[in-house]
Amino acid sequence: MSKLPEIIQNHEEGIRSEWLKAMSTTVRRSDLMTDSEIQSQTRELLAAIVAGVKSRDITDLDAQAWTQTREVLQSISASRARQGFTPSETTMFVLSLKQPLFTVIRKELSKTPDIVFDELWAATLLLDKLALLTTDAFLETREQIIFRQQQELMELSTPVVKLWEGILALPIIGTLDSARTQVVMESLLQAVVQSNSRIAIIDITGVPTVDTLVAQHLLKTITAARLMGAECIISGVRPQIAQTIVHLGIDLSGVITKARMADAFALALQRSGRAVVATQNGAGAKKQEAKKEE
Amino acid sequence: MERIPILRMGQFLLVTIQVDMHDRLAMQLQDDLTQRISEWNSKGVLIDISTLEIVDSFIGRMLANIAAMARVLDAEAVVVGMQPAVAITLVELGMSLEGVRTALNVESGMELLYELRGDFHEEIGG
Repeated sequence: MSKLPEIIQNHEEGIRSEWLKAMSTTVRRSDLMTDSEIQSQTRELLAAIVAGVKSRDITDLDAQAWTQTREVLQSISASRARQGFTPSETTMFVLSLKQPLFTVIRKELSKTPDIVFDELWAATLLLDKLALLTTDAFLETREQIIFRQQQELMELSTPVVKLWEGILALPIIGTLDSARTQVVMESLLQAVVQSNSRIAIIDITGVPTVDTLVAQHLLKTITAARLMGAECIISGVRPQIAQTIVHLGIDLSGVITKARMADAFALALQRSGRAVVATQNGAGAKKQEAKKEE
Repeated sequence: MERIPILRMGQFLLVTIQVDMHDRLAMQLQDDLTQRISEWNSKGVLIDISTLEIVDSFIGRMLANIAAMARVLDAEAVVVGMQPAVAITLVELGMSLEGVRTALNVESGMELLYELRGDFHEEIGG
């Protein structure tokens, strides 16, 4: 019968203070965490472990008795993932419990070396499992964060702006991959139908590089818009990108391209039979104000 | 047998596809349409597919074929009202329907046809 549960229970405070000491030399990040926080975290976790070992089953961490420990560990490692700890720092938080625990075991059972080995092995197994649990929870939280950010990016990056009656603009920020092209295409086509627009300006000022794949995605979007009866103009072609396009041999001959969005807008206005007229010294505006006053 | 009606509007023909296109219906439409164009000496065909929700490569090719046939018979074909999902599907199938004119709705499609007919007159100096 393992004596580990008793040992941990009897020396809870001692182990905890040793543990804090061990952590202060290895993974203490005072820039990310206050002393009181780490105090309460260690107390909470050790209390949960004590509750766990009371079940006398220290191998099966999926058991009911360990639920509290699992929850505490998960919440600690989730909060650390959000605070910006590295995975190894988070795992070390649990693993640095080894040394104080081993010291206590050795002290308690110094007269029976055979049993010391068994107990050390049991303690190692337990702590390793806890450490693995921590890493899993840490990664899970990280993945959730990444997934959320991806979705936010996806939503942020595809606004369709109505510039004028019948003229839409679609500023693309960031690299176009297949998934984003799908979203961009869908939102553009939907907006074309809804606003009954004949001209759409796709602005690629915010696209860092244009390779053959990005060009293919752009052409797909343009073709789909054309099939619905809307014409696309590409604007925001930087000199560097123009060079790349020609060097790669991408055929954009069927597409109207403009260097600046202003040029594209002017062309779009012209195509829809409109023009922008300059007024003299804001005379037009004054006249309108005068009219309003009348 | 089920048929897609072809309406005559002056010089133009109006085809509204309101049922699910299956292959035989598509072939029938091709037959009927070429027949009507030559019979009525039409200058343009307007194909409204705004209620068409499902396309496959066959229907896509049929649309392209109809446009090409119409052009051979000296008529312009305009496809109007394509749904976003249909457009995306066609593009993914690799069919860009080169040479088919498109418009957002029947109204702008008609405008386009009138514009094109005006061009014809200028070309022949009329």
